[in-house]
Amino acid sequence: MYEGAIQDLIDELGRLPGVGPKSAQRIAFHVLAADQTDIKRLAAALTRVKEQVRFCVQCYNVAEEDSCRICRDPRRREDAICVVEEPKDVVAIERTNEFRGRYHVLGGAINPLEGVGPDNLRIRELMARLSSGKVTELILATDPNTEGEATATYLALMVKPMGITVSRLASGLPVGGDLEYADEITLGRAFEGRRTL
Amino acid sequence: MYVRRLELVDVRSYARVGVDLEPGPNVLIGPNGVGKTNLVEAMGYVATLASHRVSTDAPLVRVGASTGVIRCAIVHEQRELLVELEIVPGRANRARLGRSPARRPRDILGALRLVLFAPEDLSLVRGDPDQRRRYLDDLLTARQPRFAAVRADYERVLKQRNALLRTAYLTRKVTRQGGDLSTLEVWDTHLAEHGAQLLRARLALVEQLSPYLEDAYQQVSAGTGKAVAEYRGSVAEPTAEAILAALAEVRADEVARGTTLAGPHRDDLVLRLGDLPVKGYASHGESWSYALALRLAGYSLLRADGIEPVLVLDDVFAELDTGRRERLAGLIADAAQVIVTCAVEADVPASLRGARFRVEPGEVARV
Ligand SMILES: Nc1ncnc2c1ncn2[C@@H]1O[C@H](COP(=O)(O)OP(=O)(O)OP(=O)(O)O)[C@@H](O)[C@H]1O
Ligand SMILES: [Mg+2]
Ligand SMILES: [Zn+2]
Repeated sequence: MYEGAIQDLIDELGRLPGVGPKSAQRIAFHVLAADQTDIKRLAAALTRVKEQVRFCVQCYNVAEEDSCRICRDPRRREDAICVVEEPKDVVAIERTNEFRGRYHVLGGAINPLEGVGPDNLRIRELMARLSSGKVTELILATDPNTEGEATATYLALMVKPMGITVSRLASGLPVGGDLEYADEITLGRAFEGRRTL
Repeated sequence: MYVRRLELVDVRSYARVGVDLEPGPNVLIGPNGVGKTNLVEAMGYVATLASHRVSTDAPLVRVGASTGVIRCAIVHEQRELLVELEIVPGRANRARLGRSPARRPRDILGALRLVLFAPEDLSLVRGDPDQRRRYLDDLLTARQPRFAAVRADYERVLKQRNALLRTAYLTRKVTRQGGDLSTLEVWDTHLAEHGAQLLRARLALVEQLSPYLEDAYQQVSAGTGKAVAEYRGSVAEPTAEAILAALAEVRADEVARGTTLAGPHRDDLVLRLGDLPVKGYASHGESWSYALALRLAGYSLLRADGIEPVLVLDDVFAELDTGRRERLAGLIADAAQVIVTCAVEADVPASLRGARFRVEPGEVARV
């Protein structure tokens, strides 16, 4: 235990995701040793993020205005929506340059163990967007784990009767990797789930 | 395959020890508590990344040390592979395969195939159904690693579904109102999908295993009853539809009790000897022989798949009568490698040839 301010900082850093006690200590002492202006810039960025960043009123992605950059872009298709769990998933899909439609950020996945049900996610808001009739395709890009799959199934059950095409991202072998480096579990599953060509 | 050399650093009772093992039989002899099981437990850990005795890693590291290292030189099809595992309690283990670090410890799974029989296995016969389900599922995973993921998926969905039922149950108790079950149908679908995969695989396994089990028990006991294992499921058929139907049937009960009441997690492998169930009827020696036969059957099945695992028999001979000892020795004589431990040398039949080792506190010496 250190005294006062430095321990306060270690405690605060230790609360951040992915930061263990050892890293918290290392970052705290780095901050202590760093240049005053660098730290001022970091502190300002931390404050600004809470003051200025909002959630887009349409898709709930992070935004600096009422609507996010993607929802404001007139070149993006309005008839396709890609549903993701978190804003960081939007960034990941944007990097692929494959999708020219809009997004909908749920804010998580159905997870009874953590008390998260459909009412705690932005599902009602998604239904409202779909009921406008403009959307013809829905892509479910929730995480490929138990909770993400359950959320995708739940949405598919609700949306299919509306006559909207629903699809789910394929999962399998990591692209860019060599087959020989895939572990037995991943490769075994990919084999089991093979497609006819 | 066989383990040519085993080295332990700060593992269990050993500060540092190295044992040069041989193909064929290896007998480790030493008094109670000297560290025989500690050696074979370490080999089992390299094979499965888990101990057959404890569920946490801390007891594996020598008291006073912070990390323990297990090294195995494994010979398979004339090639030697070095596997190293560093056990760091409370944190991720580190593994090396050959000269390079493995990305994840689980990458070393499959490098050492091993079937271990230990006194704890008596619970396969006498214990609760979960022991027998685990026996089946472990064997499935040993044959096809993909089932590690199928099991994990099923367990996770089951946990979520139980949480949903439980929360709704508690909500109802407190507020006297419905409780939110709007996602139950979704969890049903996923439970049924993963469950059907698991169930299908278990049923196929039991069918393939049966002749080996009958044979193994026959050979150990010299024909004093036929060993039969029968899968008793909570579902009529191994299909997602059947699981959904079974869930629908118990729905009211599930909602009332707040837990999942149908699916492969409720099943059992019923073991019989002749017409009698083993549990509650078989003698100690018979139960012991039966548990041993279950492990030997798994071993034979892996061999039939073309996998030649290392066989470990911890403390098995002391519990058997002379005839059973002799027959067991004959049965394992042709194994690629078998490691036998015993406290009293006279318990191991002289007909079991091969290397003998004397285990002393912190040391192992070839005799
Ligand atoms: N983490 C540890 N650090 C130090 N010693 C340990 C540790 N874990 C277990 N031991 C010691 O190891 C001994 C048990 O060793 P082991 O179970 O291998 O005995 P054994 O030779 O198989 O005996 P038996 O014939 O009774 O089965 C005990 O004396 C125990 O105190
Ligand atoms: Mg022992
Ligand atoms: Zn937006």
